[in-house]
Amino acid sequence: MMPDDRSNQDVIAPPRTGGVARPAGKESGILHDDQASPSQATLWLIAVRDARDRAAFLQLFDHFGPRLKAMLIRGGLRDGSAEDVVQDVMLAVWHKAAQFDPHRAEASAWIYRIARNRRIDLARRKPPPEPDPLAEPEGAEPDAPQILALGQEASLLRRALAALSPDQARVLEQAYFEDLPHSRISEMTGLPLGTIKSRIRLGLERLRRDLKDLRQP
Amino acid sequence: MTAITHHISDDLLDAHVTGNLPHAFSVVVAAHLSLCDACRARAEAAEMLGGALLDRLTPTALRDDAQERLLAALDGPAPPAPIAGSGIFPAPVMQALGGQPPKWRMLGGGIRQQILLADRAGSLRLLYIPPGRAVPEHSHGGLELTLVLQGSFSDSEGRFGVGDVETAGDETDHQPMAGTDGPCICLAATDAPLRFRAMIPRLLQPLFRI
Repeated sequence: MMPDDRSNQDVIAPPRTGGVARPAGKESGILHDDQASPSQATLWLIAVRDARDRAAFLQLFDHFGPRLKAMLIRGGLRDGSAEDVVQDVMLAVWHKAAQFDPHRAEASAWIYRIARNRRIDLARRKPPPEPDPLAEPEGAEPDAPQILALGQEASLLRRALAALSPDQARVLEQAYFEDLPHSRISEMTGLPLGTIKSRIRLGLERLRRDLKDLRQP
Repeated sequence: MTAITHHISDDLLDAHVTGNLPHAFSVVVAAHLSLCDACRARAEAAEMLGGALLDRLTPTALRDDAQERLLAALDGPAPPAPIAGSGIFPAPVMQALGGQPPKWRMLGGGIRQQILLADRAGSLRLLYIPPGRAVPEHSHGGLELTLVLQGSFSDSEGRFGVGDVETAGDETDHQPMAGTDGPCICLAATDAPLRFRAMIPRLLQPLFRI
């Protein structure tokens, strides 16, 4: 399932809210306007983190809530349970926002991780292990170029994702959204395990190469 | 502390990031990520992909009262923070220990262990090996991940210091020996009972649960 570019536009460039500046991408000749960074969602999350901004939080909810629900249903939850888990995940976003570090993650990746952990917690009745948080040095100023660079890499990742074959994209979605051991992926698609594994690897390697090319111009 | 030279493989890291790694292995991976910036960066890159995939999903409508329900919950108490790391034990190990220091049990030959998890899916344990001592030679029915938390050990695969992870598969037949510089403490996860070649008769294995 590959949404076409048009239906996907609001994903790449969600509507802006007043008062949150959106820096223009410097390489606008190379990058389209949907490549400006950091992403709007990241700015919303920073506003939640720093100002407990409820309007920004509701923007995040409007954007990610329905996508999280789609992800959870893909993962095998029924509508009602998915609805409950979306509540859990967004509540965790609100409470854990202080840990969000835009130098290291976009909002979507950080929220994906929270949703994945919640899914594991429910499936195993055991919270998944969490690495020690990395502390910013006391009084450290945000490193704007680093945040922008991360956003640009994320844009290229999205572009690389859009360039994958539907088969490759489907396998990635299965790996990231569905709680499936590889052997079950194989049953569902009728593809041998080796093929599945190599497709996951191919997809990721291609994505990584794209990112690497960007870092070493 | 020397640089980490033995890392988590791409396959294991991807399985961890996507939530497809059994719990015992995930604890070892998360503990390694606490110690290894390079692998943490790789894991976070893989999470970026998860975020990008989430972002482009076709939305599924939420119930009409979803927003109201969420807003009503915001002022509730925040959940307790996860247990933090302490001393040589990174947070994931302290979480597996339930926040308490290890309660070692003697295994013989000065080797001690604490089992943190043992079920059909696998086992997770802390091992304490006195300087210069070897863990009995054993082979695996499946995968074993061993992360060094203190000291070092060496076997046919090389030397493993603090933060290093050894990934041993079916074919590995090894006899890890602790370095002579001090006791070696490591965290080991397996997905199948180990089979010892010597020293511990097969019959005693259930007793040792290793």
